[in-house]
Amino acid sequence: MTDTQTFVFTPERLAKAQAIIAQYPEGKQKSALLPLLHLVQEQEGWTSEAGMDYVADLLHILPVEVYEVASFYTMYHLEPVGKHVIEYCRTGPCCLMGGEDVYGYLKQKLGINTGETTPDGKFTLKEVECLAACGWGPVFQVREKYYMHLTNDKVDEIIEELSK
Amino acid sequence: MKILTEHINVKGINTFEVYRKMGGYTAVEKALKKMTPEEVVEEVKKSGVRGRGGAGFPMGMKWSFLAKPEGVPRYLVCNADESEPGTFKDHYLMREIPHLLIEGMIVSSFALGANKSFIYVRGELMYVIQILEKAIAEAKAAGFLGKNILGSGYDLELVVQPGGGAYICGEETALLESLEGKRGNPRNKPPFPAVKGLYQCPTVVNNVESIANTPWIVNNGGEAYAAIGVGRSTGTKLISASGHINKPGVYEIPLGITVEDFIYADEWCGGIRPGHQLKAVVAGGSSVPILPANLILTTAAGEKRLMTYESLSDGGFATGTMLGSGGFIAMDETTCIVRNTLTFARFYQHESCGQCSPCREGTGWMAKVLWRIEHGQGNMRDIDLLVDVAKKIEGNTICPLGDAAAWPVAAAIRHFRPEFEWHITHPHEATQPGAVYMGEMELV
Repeated sequence: MTDTQTFVFTPERLAKAQAIIAQYPEGKQKSALLPLLHLVQEQEGWTSEAGMDYVADLLHILPVEVYEVASFYTMYHLEPVGKHVIEYCRTGPCCLMGGEDVYGYLKQKLGINTGETTPDGKFTLKEVECLAACGWGPVFQVREKYYMHLTNDKVDEIIEELSK
Repeated sequence: MKILTEHINVKGINTFEVYRKMGGYTAVEKALKKMTPEEVVEEVKKSGVRGRGGAGFPMGMKWSFLAKPEGVPRYLVCNADESEPGTFKDHYLMREIPHLLIEGMIVSSFALGANKSFIYVRGELMYVIQILEKAIAEAKAAGFLGKNILGSGYDLELVVQPGGGAYICGEETALLESLEGKRGNPRNKPPFPAVKGLYQCPTVVNNVESIANTPWIVNNGGEAYAAIGVGRSTGTKLISASGHINKPGVYEIPLGITVEDFIYADEWCGGIRPGHQLKAVVAGGSSVPILPANLILTTAAGEKRLMTYESLSDGGFATGTMLGSGGFIAMDETTCIVRNTLTFARFYQHESCGQCSPCREGTGWMAKVLWRIEHGQGNMRDIDLLVDVAKKIEGNTICPLGDAAAWPVAAAIRHFRPEFEWHITHPHEATQPGAVYMGEMELV
């Protein structure tokens, strides 16, 4: 959560990063950029400038080549976030299933609005576009996990579970 | 008739062992041991299978465009960036039966002469990426991937690449840019990927479902595939069904059943939820024109509409729509069309890459104008303004995202104009919680 001045991968992640880089043809290592940024975010919880500079070094590219990519894709959090980032689908099919009402309940329960983090640093709320789970909506995602068929009761259970 | 999902409910089908026991990977054996790459391409051509990502372009023809200069690598890239609102079939297929895609990737890569192929999966589906990586490791351990597969002399490596959360990367040239580690800005065409694609080498990009069809085609022949379906809509199609139906989910249908059957039969959606009536359908993902209930069930000429590329587009955009990606969103009478159109417009505004001004500016204006109509602040000129903006985006951008943004807005106004007018003339009523236009319209 703190704004790191320096960043290095843990030994396990560095090994993973090197395996990823080795997947691409000679001279095409920049292809590893998106996967490596996901690794930075997995380690830090967000994607810091120090993390991006580190990836630029690993791939022998300019830092600006990393910044322009990180800012294009919505999955990279360029500001510190809470422990759990709830990414809530706001697109049509989820709305048809009552997604907006459940979202209202979630905001009220956490006492925060879209883009905010709870004072205890546990939850950040983000609105996202279609998560490709329209028949199982309403849906939100926390890291790699999908929470589907949401209702107010289910939100209570999930928040309780994640708060532990 | 099931081609992709016949074994999807078999316990353990996500493992190599069970998948193999159910007849999996026989297409790899047949193709690599008994067929030439050209013969595989020929079968896919004969099958008539059309691109399942949404464009519906014949897959065999796309393959035949692939340039084959000496000494230059060729690539197959699987488009698993499924992001079109209403569409979740590839998500389902990869999650439940990952080896089907892996088998299809091997067969297809062999046909195209690719030795390194990529599966580009939207980054949000990180858990599906893990499922695919496990399946690849299993296939490799069993000798179906890697060097000299089954002693055939053919080598193949598969790489699963995560995206970063951008709908635009479902457009094939944006996907290639992203795979090269860049922003997902679509490229100008020509050159087409078949000539200059990934790393400027000849490349084929195919959707998950398209590739997943190839093992069956290799095993049973292209003619057997073409015997399923109607006319140029051959084979089966995965339909992602969502909205106000009794049984949302993914269904594999033989192309050619009626829309009415698809909505009401117990085998598929099981009808509209109890006590409600059908108001409208978006049949092929958010970008295709919305149709009111009567026009989705029967064409303007009074014929029953079929689940085929041709029948759904009967009547053009005036009275028809498109099969698209097969994202079938059903809406009952509680649905506010203005609000739904706003969520779609907001989606395209968010997902525009910003490269072409008609799309970058136009999607923003459409979302703003729709927002003010929905919130009781619109005026009558706004409706024609929306139509005008949509017209100015359509056809004026590098990639189809502009069209995809323009069509749903134009179609909603074409078929539900009184509802937009009601929002403007009755701002107080229209902005009450849960308020929906109840004026003249045909429900089914």
